[in-house]
Amino acid sequence: MTAMLSRHANELFWMARHIERAENTARLLDVTYRTSLLPYEPQEPGLAWAEPWAVPLIATGGATAFYQAYPQLSAENVLRFMTLDAGNASSILCCLRAARESARAVRGAITSEMYEDLNSAWLEMRGYDYRRIQAMGVSEFLEWVKMRSHLFRGVTFGTMLRDEAYHFLRLGTHIERADNTARILDTKYHILLPSAADVGGAVDYYQWASLLQSLSGFESYRKIYSDVISPRRVAELLILRDDMPRSLHSCLNFIDDTLELLCDDRNRELRRQSGELHARLHFGRTDEIIRYGLHEYLMDFLERVSRLGDEISRGFLVPAY
Amino acid sequence: MSAAAYDEMTAADGAIRPHYRAFADWLERTDKARIAQKRDEAERAFHRVGITFAVYGEDAGTERLIPFDLVPRIISADEWALLERGLKQRVRALNLFLADVYHDQRILKAGAIPADRVLGNAQYRREMAGVDVPGGIYAHIAGVDIVRAGAGEYYVLEDNLRVPSGVSYMLENRKMMMRLFPELFATRSILPVHHYPDLLLENLRAVGPKGEESPTVAVLTPGAYNSAYFEHAFLAQQMGVDLVEGPDLMVQNDTVYMRTTRGPRRVHVIYRRVDDDFLDPLAFRRDSMLGVPGLFAAYRAGRVTLANAIGTGVADDKSIYPYVPDMIRYYLAEEPILNNVPTYMLYKPQDRDYALAHLSDLVVKEVHGAGGYGMLVGPTSTAEEREAFRARILAAPDKYIAQPTLALSTCPTFVGAGVAPRHIDLRPYVLSGADIDLVPGGLTRVALREGSLVVNSSQGGGTKDTWVLA
Repeated sequence: MTAMLSRHANELFWMARHIERAENTARLLDVTYRTSLLPYEPQEPGLAWAEPWAVPLIATGGATAFYQAYPQLSAENVLRFMTLDAGNASSILCCLRAARESARAVRGAITSEMYEDLNSAWLEMRGYDYRRIQAMGVSEFLEWVKMRSHLFRGVTFGTMLRDEAYHFLRLGTHIERADNTARILDTKYHILLPSAADVGGAVDYYQWASLLQSLSGFESYRKIYSDVISPRRVAELLILRDDMPRSLHSCLNFIDDTLELLCDDRNRELRRQSGELHARLHFGRTDEIIRYGLHEYLMDFLERVSRLGDEISRGFLVPAY
Repeated sequence: MSAAAYDEMTAADGAIRPHYRAFADWLERTDKARIAQKRDEAERAFHRVGITFAVYGEDAGTERLIPFDLVPRIISADEWALLERGLKQRVRALNLFLADVYHDQRILKAGAIPADRVLGNAQYRREMAGVDVPGGIYAHIAGVDIVRAGAGEYYVLEDNLRVPSGVSYMLENRKMMMRLFPELFATRSILPVHHYPDLLLENLRAVGPKGEESPTVAVLTPGAYNSAYFEHAFLAQQMGVDLVEGPDLMVQNDTVYMRTTRGPRRVHVIYRRVDDDFLDPLAFRRDSMLGVPGLFAAYRAGRVTLANAIGTGVADDKSIYPYVPDMIRYYLAEEPILNNVPTYMLYKPQDRDYALAHLSDLVVKEVHGAGGYGMLVGPTSTAEEREAFRARILAAPDKYIAQPTLALSTCPTFVGAGVAPRHIDLRPYVLSGADIDLVPGGLTRVALREGSLVVNSSQGGGTKDTWVLA
């Protein structure tokens, strides 16, 4: 495979990550929005972090920045912060802007269709304000973000030469997706039930169902298990099954295969890390995950994915020579 | 003055000129609402494609569209043949001049051009003296600005030999016209221009370092915030070569490399869109963040080719411009085919006295100005503006030239109230490599303000598609 400019590879990697992040932020807000419509009573008054709208902030690590910029937790404030806030680097607005800036920087390395698609997404995004989102409906807006991401992926798949540029782009997508799926899955850990007795009850069921829906996994779940929703099976579906496109195993399949194409003798450590993480998913068992603790398992996974991203950076994107 | 201007489409007696007849018929029978709708469509498409330019002095990152006008500028086959011969002649002489002033300086010794005008010029790069460049080509890409005053009467306004821009608009304007009005192209009488990037690549590959069979070409850009970034990216993509910024390159043992995902890779030819001053902090401006340390040494050693060469500014400087006809006579022993605009050099007392007495009839330009900044258009100026220029000229006469205001030709243009004549110019792109080539066409710029003669995009100018007929 022909080499490409490291700076371009870096921009492509991050362009893909930002688009994927925008999509998953929309998914996360979608699950929050659905959950917030369910009956809810805080276990203890004043336990603000347990509010449904606190969950996306915790999951993305944005809580501190949020409380610095907004006086209080509310659906509107969280939505503003995570969709339109130009001061929040992870907001959908900022992700799309960053992706478009990257696309501008690497116009030569992507197809015109890809650039035009991303540019028009950005131009549309710039036209949104909170009032407009309200008027069209929050879900409708989040749907739009997802569709733009789907569209970009489709344009990429359908027009781009399978060269290094393509592979770095796909690598970015799957690193980000692995990270984001783990975070969304972990949100259930933070959503408290009104009381311990509700575990397995109706509210619990709806919470798991909306989580599945936000990861496009509800229908697959039904197809595979034809049974009630159990946390154990949700974990299996979104972590270990390799036929679920947003599962951790599926992401690692992509990453490991792509790295096999890209790596040579200089990248042994990267190959080792990727192979190890892949093996943990390939040979892992649901029981072990449950026994280890789902939350703990996901935290450990996030740490490993982040290290893998750093190693990719060192190896290809920001080389030190 | 507008009344006296030559109109590209309509003769003084109101008759449509023969080469515009087909288009005029089409314009006549086409529904105006459809054209208005197409204008909107064009604007949206340009935004989506991102054909924008940054305006200096406004908020950082401001991107604007250059207005695109739907009425094409059409050039007949005969007139293009004249232009083509004239342009090739001119650029050939300019390259010979550059090779000469950086080597034997025969033209200066012969007294055809005063030596102090050249050697004392701020654009003359002493560092280039004695440096051999492949094929003796300095100006690989020349964007020559031409205006028409009357039938068959073309004047060269400027030879842009440093980093001329605008060619992407020539290509995108054509693409847009074909998309909006395919029926206009059905007669197949409009010569294509879209092979420009191939021609450019071919020319760049022809000037690689000696002994290099298959040179690697790259385009060097100052970065995404440069006003012409779109064009840099566009040309790199169309040629299928890498678009690099200074930090992407490094020099080791007088050899230039790109930093790639698989380690350093050699680069042989750099189509640079970075000014001389910023190319190499070791050789030129030390504060340049855009440059590549060691690039000039590699260039001197003949290990890498820069297009355009360093130091071409001495040939397109406004104080050298008056001598281009003499260059053509000296090097080619031919009479110039294209006219030069008579130019008053204000460092000469006689010229200065005349110019100061006739400021309201003349255009005064800064010798080192560009982009329509820092010029006085006499006929449309106010008394205060003229006084301000008078003071500036007297303070530094060397920095200014003056020229008579030409009656720039007009072309019908869509304006708020319908179609009206507006002044235009033309910038064809002349490529020098193994040979001299140009595609039939160029960038037509139009001054959208009524009566205005300033076509620069930074000053409210627009562009048109340029058709050369078969």
